[in-house]
Amino acid sequence: MAEFLDILLRFVVILLIFLLLPLIVGQTEHKAMAHMQSRLGPMYAGRFHGWAQLIADGVKFAQKEDVIPAAADRRVFMIAPGVALVPYLLVLIVIPLDRDFVGVDLDLGLFFALAVMGVGVLGAIMAGWASANKFSVLGGMRAAAQLISYELPLVLSASSVAMAAGTLSLPGIVEAWQWWWLPWQAIGAFVFFVAGLAELRRPPFDMPIAESEIIMGPMTEYTGMRFALFMLAEYVGIVVLAFLTTVLFLGGWQGPLLPGWMWTLVKVFALAFVVIWLRVSYPRLREDQLQKLAWAGLVPLALLQLAITGVVKVLV
Amino acid sequence: MDGYFGSYLLVAVLLAIGVGIVAVALLANRMLRPSRPTPDKLLTYECGVDPVGEGWAQSQIRYYVFTYLYVVFAVDAVFLFPWATVFAAPGFGMTTLVEMFVFLGFIALGILYAWRKRVLSWT
Repeated sequence: MAEFLDILLRFVVILLIFLLLPLIVGQTEHKAMAHMQSRLGPMYAGRFHGWAQLIADGVKFAQKEDVIPAAADRRVFMIAPGVALVPYLLVLIVIPLDRDFVGVDLDLGLFFALAVMGVGVLGAIMAGWASANKFSVLGGMRAAAQLISYELPLVLSASSVAMAAGTLSLPGIVEAWQWWWLPWQAIGAFVFFVAGLAELRRPPFDMPIAESEIIMGPMTEYTGMRFALFMLAEYVGIVVLAFLTTVLFLGGWQGPLLPGWMWTLVKVFALAFVVIWLRVSYPRLREDQLQKLAWAGLVPLALLQLAITGVVKVLV
Repeated sequence: MDGYFGSYLLVAVLLAIGVGIVAVALLANRMLRPSRPTPDKLLTYECGVDPVGEGWAQSQIRYYVFTYLYVVFAVDAVFLFPWATVFAAPGFGMTTLVEMFVFLGFIALGILYAWRKRVLSWT
């Protein structure tokens, strides 16, 4: 019984993270972006500084008609939002929030996380192809190309941490983490975070969505709840990326004074803020610049990080 | 919930919960939304004009080269993970380190080749 309650508690926490943190990140984005651009952002919903804006959005989405174009591949079109969203929930199960507080401590947690995150991008490709819309097909192709190019630096920089810790289990990696890993793994952290942003298709890597040229890319034909699920997937993606970067490179729950879970959340929110900040600061990369950054920039950097990690680990 | 399959059982349970969340959201949407389809509404969106030709139009996909590159390197990268956990185990020392540089050399050579063949730049 005690074991069952323990598992139940972990699942409730995972679901809270899955449903609540994306809303907080989304609201922070509304307000932080507005103030960076000398605007106020949402001010009306919920009276106090528009705190209920995203709830109002959700209510609106739930009441909107679900339009599926006659030309679309109906079944694939309908399940694509689910394929985009559910993998990010699954990743959360291997991410430790605190010492001895993780959904499941899988031996190959890191590998599991990377593999499942890759599935999430399939949602965008399915949506792009099934919509039978020229803009959507272009967006889906761009999403596919982006996933392919940025998966390699992501995997290489993540395996650098696995080399340093000597384990693929995420709690094991945080347990092995020490402060001097920050400079030691700095290049890897940079590569991982940038490649992760590109996998999420967040600005400045939002070429697949590029609303000024291909409308909304794979999501062009989506309305109502299915569109809302895609938006939720994007923000859960930010949360998952921030969690993974925290756990792999910033020492997860480790830190002085505050309890462990609070340290994890502080680091996650700091990274989520950086994601928002980058969106406001940088213009969109052109498609070929995007590919060049991955192959001529991030992959060589990740290889350099692997060499540094190997030499330091064996010789020191 | 011990053992190898026990932990993956929990993963399966969470997967079921995730599918359930999506299903409940879509079901709520179905109960709350209006449904008045018209032929015009179901038309493919193309900036307000009637769509020209099919949606699955032909276009030049320049990304296929990257797919080749990815397949080559990703297969290599998969081998990194099992190796990464044991390479610093006592007794290996310099052997695995030299192996690593051979591996990195292969990948770097591949990228250098692609670069020289000008597949990384489009203009």
